[in-house]
Amino acid sequence: MGQYLLSTYVAEGERGGAPNTPEQMQAFMRRVADLEAEMEASGTFVFGGALHDPEAATVLRRGGGELVMTDGPFVESKEHIGGFYIINADDLDAALAWARKVVDAINHPIEVRPFRATGRVKA
Amino acid sequence: MTGGAAAKVEAASVERVFREAHGQAVATLVRLFGDITLAEDAVQEAFVVACDRWRSDGIPPSPAGWIVTTARNRAIDDLRRSARGRALHEQLGAVATTSRGSCMDEWRDDGPVRDDQLRLIFTCCHPALRTEHAVALTLRLLGGLSVAEVARSFLVSEPAMAKRLVRAKYKIRAAKIPYRVPEEADLPLRLRSVLSVLYLIYNTGLDGPERASLRSEAIRLARAVVDLMPDEPEAAGLVALMLLNESRLPAHTAGGALVLLRDQDRTKWDRAILSEGHAIVRACIRRGQPGPFQLQAAIQAVHCAAASFQATDWPQIVALYDHLFSMTPTPVIALNRAIAVAEIDGPGAALTTLDAIAPELDGYHLMHAARGTMLRRLGQPDAAAKAFERAAHLAATETDRQFLTHQIRDLAKDTALKQPPGEPTN
Repeated sequence: MGQYLLSTYVAEGERGGAPNTPEQMQAFMRRVADLEAEMEASGTFVFGGALHDPEAATVLRRGGGELVMTDGPFVESKEHIGGFYIINADDLDAALAWARKVVDAINHPIEVRPFRATGRVKA
Repeated sequence: MTGGAAAKVEAASVERVFREAHGQAVATLVRLFGDITLAEDAVQEAFVVACDRWRSDGIPPSPAGWIVTTARNRAIDDLRRSARGRALHEQLGAVATTSRGSCMDEWRDDGPVRDDQLRLIFTCCHPALRTEHAVALTLRLLGGLSVAEVARSFLVSEPAMAKRLVRAKYKIRAAKIPYRVPEEADLPLRLRSVLSVLYLIYNTGLDGPERASLRSEAIRLARAVVDLMPDEPEAAGLVALMLLNESRLPAHTAGGALVLLRDQDRTKWDRAILSEGHAIVRACIRRGQPGPFQLQAAIQAVHCAAASFQATDWPQIVALYDHLFSMTPTPVIALNRAIAVAEIDGPGAALTTLDAIAPELDGYHLMHAARGTMLRRLGQPDAAAKAFERAAHLAATETDRQFLTHQIRDLAKDTALKQPPGEPTN
């Protein structure tokens, strides 16, 4: 068993695959809710959600002993991570099968990336 | 080494037998140990032993079985020696490493051992791996080529190729690309990926005489896929496509220069290979499950069945391209269709199509070469020369470049003869 990050990237100002009309929005929400229920029922779902825009991000780093905060994301870029799922899957084929369902539900590309380690680090 | 003639022959056949058994041995070792690098290294060590032992004792009746046994024992020894190995040993439990000894009795050429190769092909050609990595890994693990040989085949340095292979194996391990034949639902996509990798290996083998072994390797591996998946006509289609192309190669060059299909000496075609290809195409047609590789093979079969270029059944070829285009609508198929259309409706009709797809294929030398040919036949030597120059500039091999340069020179002759513009002479 492994864990995989399924993430989606959205271009600036665009809301990943989200539709415009209220009816489309409702259908979109239903597809996502159904998929998450399916993930939950099969023990696949670990965590997931949609993120606020990168303007809401803050970066912290140590600069000469001082804690420095920067308003905005790590990298100034046209594309940012818009949301993600963390899932349990036996192997890449199983993870890809879930990713395909996410692509179909949200109508947006998905990056599948394996975790090297998960959970709490034990000393 | 004394280097006698007999010993040299022996060394060459040891090499050949080893290469043929390589894929099977690595595949079985991957199943036993669950680690590609470990399997690869152990088989490499077994090769060193085989070179020594086989030359004095002769080649054993089941070379692959011998290599698996030797490599497995080596791997177990290595595992016991290293710390990483001890951890892996514990993980693996008893399955692979209970005892050193012979697994000849459990070695059979069918059943799970046979499936090992198929599993490994699907792992190496997984669509989640970039194509150049899949190609390199397939040649290294299933083809038994050394890293240096794979590097030479793709004109990259040995360290660069080694890095490529390490990256591919890293992704397989880290992302857990499974070692199994895909499920029915995934099979069409996954098989297409395997066949495309093999076809790419074959085509790379066409780029020069020093790469000729890639062609036989691709055909051998494709035959293995047919053997392992007899219910998949696309695999048979790929074998037929490669064989029909192969059968024409003796006439494909003359004195190192490229000879176009229309000018080839058809008596030089290899009739034995050609009729095997034809037989496979006929069998595919009887099954009635056409796919892109089968259709491409059928197109080549029509070419190969013609006594001369003029006698070619062009309407049949265009119909097959139409069918192919309906399945895989790519500009390259549109290009090849246009070239066939020229033989029915003339170069003007073909040029109209070519101009329409030209923007998409601007970086492809054969598109410019085809435009040059049509323009020449339409009596527009200046435009033709421009197209051939662009093609020569883009051509990947020296043979292609020389051919195109000759085309430009011939254009000058056309002009010197002051051929009236307008209708083509043929």
